[in-house]
Amino acid sequence: MKIRKLFGKILTTLLWSILSIITLFPIYWMVLVSTRTPVELFGKPDLSPTFLNKIHWKNFTKPFIDGIYSDYLINSIIVATSNALLVTTLALMATYALSRFKLPGSESIFFWTMTNRMAPPAAFMLPLFLLFSTVFKFGDFTLFDTKIGLILLYCVFNLPFAIWLLKGIIDGIPKELDEAMIVDGANIFTIFWKLIIPLAAPGIAVTSLLSFLFAWNEYLLASTLTSVYARTIPTGLSEFVTTTGTNWGTMAAVALVSMIPALLFLFLVQRYIVAGLTFGAVKG
Amino acid sequence: MFSNNRTGWLLLSPTIIILLIMGLVPFFYVLYVGFFKWNPLAVDPSMQFEGFGFNYRRLIFDEVFLASIWRSIKFSVVTLFFELGLGFILALSLLSSFPLKSFFRGIHTLPLVIAPIVVGSIFKLFTVQGLGPLPHLLKDYFGYTLNYGLHAEQAFWMIVIMDIWHWTPFVTLTLLAGLSALPQDPYESAKIDGANNFQIFIYITIPMMVPVLIVVIFIRLMDSLKIVDEVWMLTGGGPGYATRFTGIHIWKEVFEKRFYGLGSAMSILYLYITIVICWLLYSVMVSRGKNED
Repeated sequence: MKIRKLFGKILTTLLWSILSIITLFPIYWMVLVSTRTPVELFGKPDLSPTFLNKIHWKNFTKPFIDGIYSDYLINSIIVATSNALLVTTLALMATYALSRFKLPGSESIFFWTMTNRMAPPAAFMLPLFLLFSTVFKFGDFTLFDTKIGLILLYCVFNLPFAIWLLKGIIDGIPKELDEAMIVDGANIFTIFWKLIIPLAAPGIAVTSLLSFLFAWNEYLLASTLTSVYARTIPTGLSEFVTTTGTNWGTMAAVALVSMIPALLFLFLVQRYIVAGLTFGAVKG
Repeated sequence: MFSNNRTGWLLLSPTIIILLIMGLVPFFYVLYVGFFKWNPLAVDPSMQFEGFGFNYRRLIFDEVFLASIWRSIKFSVVTLFFELGLGFILALSLLSSFPLKSFFRGIHTLPLVIAPIVVGSIFKLFTVQGLGPLPHLLKDYFGYTLNYGLHAEQAFWMIVIMDIWHWTPFVTLTLLAGLSALPQDPYESAKIDGANNFQIFIYITIPMMVPVLIVVIFIRLMDSLKIVDEVWMLTGGGPGYATRFTGIHIWKEVFEKRFYGLGSAMSILYLYITIVICWLLYSVMVSRGKNED
């Protein structure tokens, strides 16, 4: 029995070691490519960690210092941060309303916001493109190719998830606490500031980080709704596909840089990520 | 608790307004455009009404479009099968203790947060002919030629493998959360009654996990039906039509050929199919929930 258990343990460890290699190998190769010159990439792939000795920094400086990619990076940061702030604020307000008030039809509103999440972006690509470029017009100003357009649009995809995530948390804060504060003469802002936000802080953190990540990672809509001024990093990355004779080193460098927020995020909320991403499933 | 609902609606209103303008208005607009023949690059760039449901009638006989839907469904089912199987095994193994467990789990979580377009880039760099190590390794050790730029089957399965690489962690972690929330009593009774591990798994674990499994299937199906980014980056929908999923097909029809009217009709049908599948699964979920109450 003991030997069998030990055998099982060895087998599991072996399985997970192989799995980790499969997970890391493609990423490792991307790091290698991003640090090599085109000549070094020619011929049989060399898997040794050459970046320990020499890094070809030009792969990074060419797009991000000489090229347009620094603008893309700034756009991405602005869009993702603003979106995260907006989504978290609105979701907190909406969730509180759905949780504390007996609004007629609030169940249907909740379901309706959820269906917005399920919709395939490709189906909304065309109407949004037409609306942004021709219909939503204020004088000369259109939403097409603006950061504000993207920020508002990403709310459609982030708000439902944010509300879903926060609803369980705010439902979990006892109503009696709110009532006690109202008796003491507190208004709605005080309740938010003194009670809801401090108690829901971890949930709020995960919500805003996930919203940030979504806005940072989104590609399809960003690429159809922007052309020059509001391009984000993912759209910039896709530009490497169409050019002939792709400069693989630069492409790998851009991909690596656009991965950084995701890695930081993982590092920050490693412990919460299971709870955050699987909230509904565990409840279900 | 509050005397009137005005504050409630006031708090809810910004969310509703944004979702109306950015979610519902586009929906009705695409419904409207779908009834017209409209190509801004054609001789007559205006919108023309060609009879009720003209575009939809055309789509019913559009073999390329129908094939793309079929391809998307096939892809979703195939990836779901592998991800569920692999994810379940991994989740179960994470319940036991073994050396470096949290380290391995950390690595396993990594693909989950990487953007689809970056996953596409990673796989492109890894598998492309003349650069990636994978074709070389396969050639040297197995004598297998990998060139998904030429072979339709290879391109499709390459996308499947990429999707498994990307999304199995999600399945694993969700199932793990579900497994660790299961009540312990049934297991203890089963052990007292002398059930072996296999019987426990089939008769206790699986039935108790059904709600979680349905949620995982639901989320994964929705996501894989709308796959575009990774595929666009890796194969661009080719070779031929091999990896042209519905999203990519709409993209090509709309932004390369500028078929606005037909593209709108496609979007509506695509949305409709997604909603039907969604609704079917949702009603299964709800009816199960009711049975348990």
